[in-house]
Amino acid sequence: MFNLDGFGPLLLQGTLVTLQLSLASLAIGLVLGLLGATMKLSRFRLLRALAGTYTAVIRGVPELIVILFIYYGGVILLNNLAHGLGYKGYIDVSGFSAGVIALSLTFGAYATEIFRGGIAAVPGNQIEAARAIGMAQTTIFRRILLPQVWRFALPGLGNVFLVIIKETALVSVIGLDELMRKTDIAVGYTKKPFTFYLFAACIYMVITAITMQMQRQLERRANRGVAGRAGA
Amino acid sequence: MNISVMLAALPDLLRAVPLTMELVALALLVGLLIALPTALARLSNVAPLRWGATAYVFFFRGTPLLVQIFLIYYGLSQFAAVRSSIAWVILKEPFWCALIALSLNTGAYTAEVFRGGILSVPHNQIEAARAIGMSPVAAFRRVIWPQAIRQALPAYGNEMILMVKASSLASTVTLMEITGVARTLASDTYMPIEIFTTAALIYLCLTYAMAQAIHLVERRLDVTRTRA
Amino acid sequence: MIRKLVTAGALALLSTQGAHAEDIRIATEGAYPPFNLVDESGQIKGFDVDIANALCAEMKADCTIVAQAWDGIIPGLKAGKYDAIIASMSITPERLQAVDFTAPYYIAGAALVAPAASDISFTPSGLDGKTIGVQRATTYATLLKEEFPGAIVKTYDTVENQNLDLTAGRLDGVVAQQVVMYEWLKTDGDSAFAFKGEPIVDPKYIGDGAGIAVNKGNTKLLGELNAALAAIKANGTYAEINASYFPFSIAPK
Repeated sequence: MFNLDGFGPLLLQGTLVTLQLSLASLAIGLVLGLLGATMKLSRFRLLRALAGTYTAVIRGVPELIVILFIYYGGVILLNNLAHGLGYKGYIDVSGFSAGVIALSLTFGAYATEIFRGGIAAVPGNQIEAARAIGMAQTTIFRRILLPQVWRFALPGLGNVFLVIIKETALVSVIGLDELMRKTDIAVGYTKKPFTFYLFAACIYMVITAITMQMQRQLERRANRGVAGRAGA
Repeated sequence: MNISVMLAALPDLLRAVPLTMELVALALLVGLLIALPTALARLSNVAPLRWGATAYVFFFRGTPLLVQIFLIYYGLSQFAAVRSSIAWVILKEPFWCALIALSLNTGAYTAEVFRGGILSVPHNQIEAARAIGMSPVAAFRRVIWPQAIRQALPAYGNEMILMVKASSLASTVTLMEITGVARTLASDTYMPIEIFTTAALIYLCLTYAMAQAIHLVERRLDVTRTRA
Repeated sequence: MIRKLVTAGALALLSTQGAHAEDIRIATEGAYPPFNLVDESGQIKGFDVDIANALCAEMKADCTIVAQAWDGIIPGLKAGKYDAIIASMSITPERLQAVDFTAPYYIAGAALVAPAASDISFTPSGLDGKTIGVQRATTYATLLKEEFPGAIVKTYDTVENQNLDLTAGRLDGVVAQQVVMYEWLKTDGDSAFAFKGEPIVDPKYIGDGAGIAVNKGNTKLLGELNAALAAIKANGTYAEINASYFPFSIAPK
């Protein structure tokens, strides 16, 4: 169906980088999201304001601008900071790191809202009950809060992850060799834009389809034992 | 941070705002026109309609917008047949290519938002409407749609804001909207922090204004609120 | 599998680089054939890359060549992502404010390429109202802005995209580096496109030829590169590389 003019292996490499980029952003983004939600629900106004600014900025600014800013500007800021602290070497923000930072910041901002909604959905009397039987704060978080928040948040998180997979393509603009950039290279070499961009589109669709399937299974697992929802 | 660089860049960046807004407004409009029939086709009993709409939605939601823009702008021009056809008058222009990609993209997402809204209307209401002799069209227009749109509005508002952000990708096909101007300025001045921060602030203003407008409409449509 | 990918990602994220004296990181664009390009095996190659390797061999340095998007190539140098740029970069007064350059390692004019049948001419009035493609952040973009104010300029991220659009018929012409366009006409432009008018070679517009950029104040590397450049010109390596690409000399006078 596709004549790839020998670019198949290169595109496969790109696909692997795209997957790495997506998964690394997911992992870091989940942590940022939990942190953000905890800050938003905090008693301290400063923490709430910080988290609020973070989500407002990320949700209001194009990801392309965030990526360009971190790649070109972030490295200057980071080294100024490091040198200010007395560090002599040079810290590089590679295309990959810039991509992961930008995309996990994006994931984190949306996940913050999702986790906040999930935490709010856990009935308060459950926590009171847990405390009454003498559970420690961390135990309550781990055994009561997290499993339920996870269940409430899973559909939303899955959707944001699907968005993130597609946004990895933007990192090609700063020259990271992920799928989209490898496709650009193939187009530059073969002058066949339609063939290669369509092929790339198909790979993204396969990744999306597999991710959706995994999301469905995770949701089923998280909902097991819940009346009226199990195995729906 | 060099404030004077930011101030010097501001007029150039602000001049690009109308192009961004034009792209967003037209894409949202065309997207709406695509979304409603697509949502209905997705819920239709006619299998080919359902399949076609599902394939369209899956393609545009399953692939990056950047790929879609490049496929339309650079991809279609690969074929001499396209270049000599009447459609070339439109496809020749980066503005129209970006607009087509953005419209098809938002059309697919909005169709899903509408579908969710329509499915949220309890089925017995539709039965009741039919029982009192309403035609299917009248039932849709007077019973289903008003409730569906109210249900869909928050998600649609989100989609509108996402479109403002998505329009930045038009810079990749030579359009000098806000991001396009910012990238040129950043490479001319070698001051990426200042330039991209200024551009980010302009986008924040745009998305904030949009969010406020959506909020206003949501409140007006919210019938559960008591009005004075 | 997933854990492995995540770990690999996290490691890549945290990698920092200390500065080693003998390691030189060199940036090129990778989308500017035949000077620098990426082939189907993912290798960066081209005239610039061959020159870079010859210089490194001469300097006995351990070089890494990285591909970097053009419009961020100077910001990347200033930010310290690499030590030098060998990417067909023209030496211009504007760029000299930001970076230091070695002596030029080749020279080529600015040329106009248009459909062969077009009667467009490379003069301010000739480009009036014409849609002209150019790469973002190049001397050619500056040239168009300053000397051809009547032209409708469209800016591209890469020369490859610019030429795709010339082939597609979206442009009345492109203004780009003469040798790059010579190569493009030879391989892709067939007989449908041609040079129009005489190329502009005035240093006022195209600078003093292509030089190697290093950060301001990096006089040690600048000196080493200049010495190595003189050496490969003297020992015939330069002429050999030149001849493997072009039947004419692009060496600066």
